[in-house]
Amino acid sequence: MDDSVATKYTAKDFKSDQEVRWCPGCGDHAVLSSVQRALAEMGIPKEKFAFVSGIGCSSRFPYYMDTYGFHGIHGRASAIASGLKTANPELSVWQITGDGDALAIGGNHFIHVVRRNIDINILLFNNEIYGLTKGQYSPTSHHGLVTKTSPFGTVEEPFSVGELVIGARGKFFARTVDTNIALSTQIYTEAEKHNGTSVVEVLQNCVIFNDGVHDVVTGKEVRDDRTIVLRQGQPMIFGKDSDKGLVLEGLKLKVVTIGENGVTKDSLLVHDATEPNPGIQYMLANMRYPEYPVALGIIRAVPGPTYEKLVEEQIKMISEQSPIKCMDDLLRSGSTWKV
Amino acid sequence: MAKKTKVLEREAVVIRFSGDSGDGMQLTGTLFSDTAALFGNDISTFPDYPAEIRAPQGTVGGVSGFQVHLGHSEINMPGDFSDVLVAMNPAAVKANARWIKPGGTLIYDADNFTDKNIEKAGYEKDPVQEEKLDACNIIAAPISSMVKEALKDLGLDPKNVLRTKNMFALGMVYWLFDRKLDYTEEYFDKKFKSKPVIAEANKIALRSGYYYAETIEALTPVYKILPADIASGTYRNISGNAATAWGLMAAAEKAGLKLFIGSYPITPATSILEELAARKDLGVKSFQAEDEIAGICTALGASFAGNLAVTSTSGPGLALKSEAIGLAVMAELPIVVINVQRGGPSTGLPTKTEQADLMQAIYGRNGECPVVVIASSTPSDCFHFAFEAARIALEHMTPVLLLTDSYLANGMEPWRIPQMKDLPEIRPPYAVKNGDQPYYPYKRDEKKLSRFWAIPGTPGLEHRIGGLEKTDKGTVSYVPENHEYMVKLRAEKVARVVSEVPDLKIEGAPEGELLVIGWGGSYGYLITAVREMQAEGRKVSLVNFNYLNPMPSNVRDVFNRFKTLVVCELNLGQFANYLRMNFQEFSYEQINKVQGIPFTINDIKEKCIKLLEEK
Repeated sequence: MDDSVATKYTAKDFKSDQEVRWCPGCGDHAVLSSVQRALAEMGIPKEKFAFVSGIGCSSRFPYYMDTYGFHGIHGRASAIASGLKTANPELSVWQITGDGDALAIGGNHFIHVVRRNIDINILLFNNEIYGLTKGQYSPTSHHGLVTKTSPFGTVEEPFSVGELVIGARGKFFARTVDTNIALSTQIYTEAEKHNGTSVVEVLQNCVIFNDGVHDVVTGKEVRDDRTIVLRQGQPMIFGKDSDKGLVLEGLKLKVVTIGENGVTKDSLLVHDATEPNPGIQYMLANMRYPEYPVALGIIRAVPGPTYEKLVEEQIKMISEQSPIKCMDDLLRSGSTWKV
Repeated sequence: MAKKTKVLEREAVVIRFSGDSGDGMQLTGTLFSDTAALFGNDISTFPDYPAEIRAPQGTVGGVSGFQVHLGHSEINMPGDFSDVLVAMNPAAVKANARWIKPGGTLIYDADNFTDKNIEKAGYEKDPVQEEKLDACNIIAAPISSMVKEALKDLGLDPKNVLRTKNMFALGMVYWLFDRKLDYTEEYFDKKFKSKPVIAEANKIALRSGYYYAETIEALTPVYKILPADIASGTYRNISGNAATAWGLMAAAEKAGLKLFIGSYPITPATSILEELAARKDLGVKSFQAEDEIAGICTALGASFAGNLAVTSTSGPGLALKSEAIGLAVMAELPIVVINVQRGGPSTGLPTKTEQADLMQAIYGRNGECPVVVIASSTPSDCFHFAFEAARIALEHMTPVLLLTDSYLANGMEPWRIPQMKDLPEIRPPYAVKNGDQPYYPYKRDEKKLSRFWAIPGTPGLEHRIGGLEKTDKGTVSYVPENHEYMVKLRAEKVARVVSEVPDLKIEGAPEGELLVIGWGGSYGYLITAVREMQAEGRKVSLVNFNYLNPMPSNVRDVFNRFKTLVVCELNLGQFANYLRMNFQEFSYEQINKVQGIPFTINDIKEKCIKLLEEK
């Protein structure tokens, strides 16, 4: 990164001159301000940021950021961002996408960017509904959801974002809630620091077509008991009174209460996002209420080589070895003859 | 050369090597054509292979061929009917019998003409008789048993012994054409440096074939083709796909940009991606994407980043890329899309040639979505047109679609190697920070109407682009008048490229009875047919279009000089209809063929002569 620019930014520096057009009360507003706050603190010159999106409500995001931005076509943001980052690894590339954009029409590109481990930060706004087309079910809508295209309830099994990321050999997965600005800012900063594809699932509320979809776990009254914020190296504790925790029983996770049945803080699982074996992280990512609390925070963050760095290394190595240094060399290589 | 041999001096001959996909016919043909080119003949070659990697042995579906046309004078196409057919099995006769010239030579491996193979190929008893090839010079050589005999002391296993059959056949053809063996022998020494016994086996088979042909010489004429009269310079053989890849790299070097290719393997375009993937030494970033859409979208991302970005594909892939081409038109980013046309629709004929993607290239997108469309006309000029496609894309900030085809992609010809210093500079319109003035992404160069390219990472030029309609300043806008204004601007920007499009060149007299009109890859066949008609004293000329959108500015002037216009293309009349739409005052005759194979000279001549006689 360019260290000549020590400019101290504020969130305001990242606001573009465009009028923000999301519905009043939409969770996207909160995500926008968390991202702007996080970027201001990263110490990265503004011109190094590029935001790429597909189609959907969330995909309008780049227009509201005073950075480089590319509003693409439906589902293809992962591919556009992959090309952008591969072409210029110096940029901090962010992909803004939704559950329909990333997991339905863009599912193929999504799993492949994760598999390649290209260093981009993907914020996946999951509201379990299609908003821009006005209320059809999405690949994350829960079984039975009644929408305009499922008037009698969906008969489909939904994707779990974390499961998909780990299945695609992903190395970074985190989950946050749109309105939790403090946690979100922290996670976005960690996502940027992580070398490789970082997928952050943002539990986001669509105030018009799926209002309150996450309230059952993220509502003010219940969230402490129904979510767990995972922190690296810390025991897995949650609950209003910090008296609940997670242990491994046989091959499954289990919720326990500290002080009951001889359970102490020391008997709880300690979170390790950096463990390459995704077994426990996979179970954490898939925890669902009411059996479990929903996991928030950085669930998996394993270092690994990135695609664009490997490409650059290969180019460097081959160009040092090869006798062909320019086009004139290539044109005259191999079998030629004079007339 | 031996005593009683009848020597035929010829202007040009066509040789076709044909056998099972596993018989090594492509290598045999390539070695023969390299030798001919080194001797100084002009050549044109074309491989013809099945889509299946190894179709069932001995069946017509599994026949793989390689055709070489070599001559003392200029050669513009790989030839249609062959003077010499080498057939390694009965199926190869079945697949090619109709392409042997009357009185031509048929060399076949008699050991492979077993009852079983004859039946597999669909014959009853005797392929030569059933195909009525009695008038040909037939050389029934027991190739398999002779290589077994020749190599018996090397201790090779039978499989490796039989693998040298193709070299025995090649040796025979070298004798027939009075060629030296040294280039081919050197090739084997190099190729099998670590396996000298394999190199030796191939060399022995080659020499055995040569001497065998000499021994039986009384049967066959020897063809003498003197070196062609070719402009002096350094030459190499090059295929259309390699030339395309090299043209792109040359353009990147001239523009001072990194080259990025995002592509998905598809026949017959794949070797462009392969060629560029091998060029890490020149800094090429090749991205083998998960699908065709990702191919172009990664390229668009790289274009946004400031690279020379390209994607290569064939018809079905172009269909998948349509939406992203629209995005490139809207975002006004430079990108080169190469479509190596093949027989369609759908999967169609993946390994065969056709020119039926013209309308798809010009119009196949939603909305008013103009792009520049260029077509190459010979394997080697793919270099020039790939370079031009990149230059226009970069200097005009527009997608450019380059059409080649399966026949150009795989065909090879000698190419006079250019020097990089002789190629034009490429100067993209970069945005520069102008004091406190904001950068507006859709402000334009007044002359070209291209917008200015602001590269991410540049301080002060942060901006947003995308697929939504915008104002000059880059603000999303649904204002009706603004949309119409922007639609017209984008169309005008592409139309203005015409100032850099060279005039149509008339091959032959500048006026006359009949003007043959072609585009892209049919050039070689059309020019050969037209020259033959001209030699017969007919008033026929040719124009071949390379720039399809925009078209050259002298089209009307040229068309006006001829009584009859005939448009020849490998489709049902797409270019003819395009001309009817753009130049309505003329009437157009058509010659069309949609068989997955190029025109023959006779296809063109017969119909042209009929037209001349009717008028």
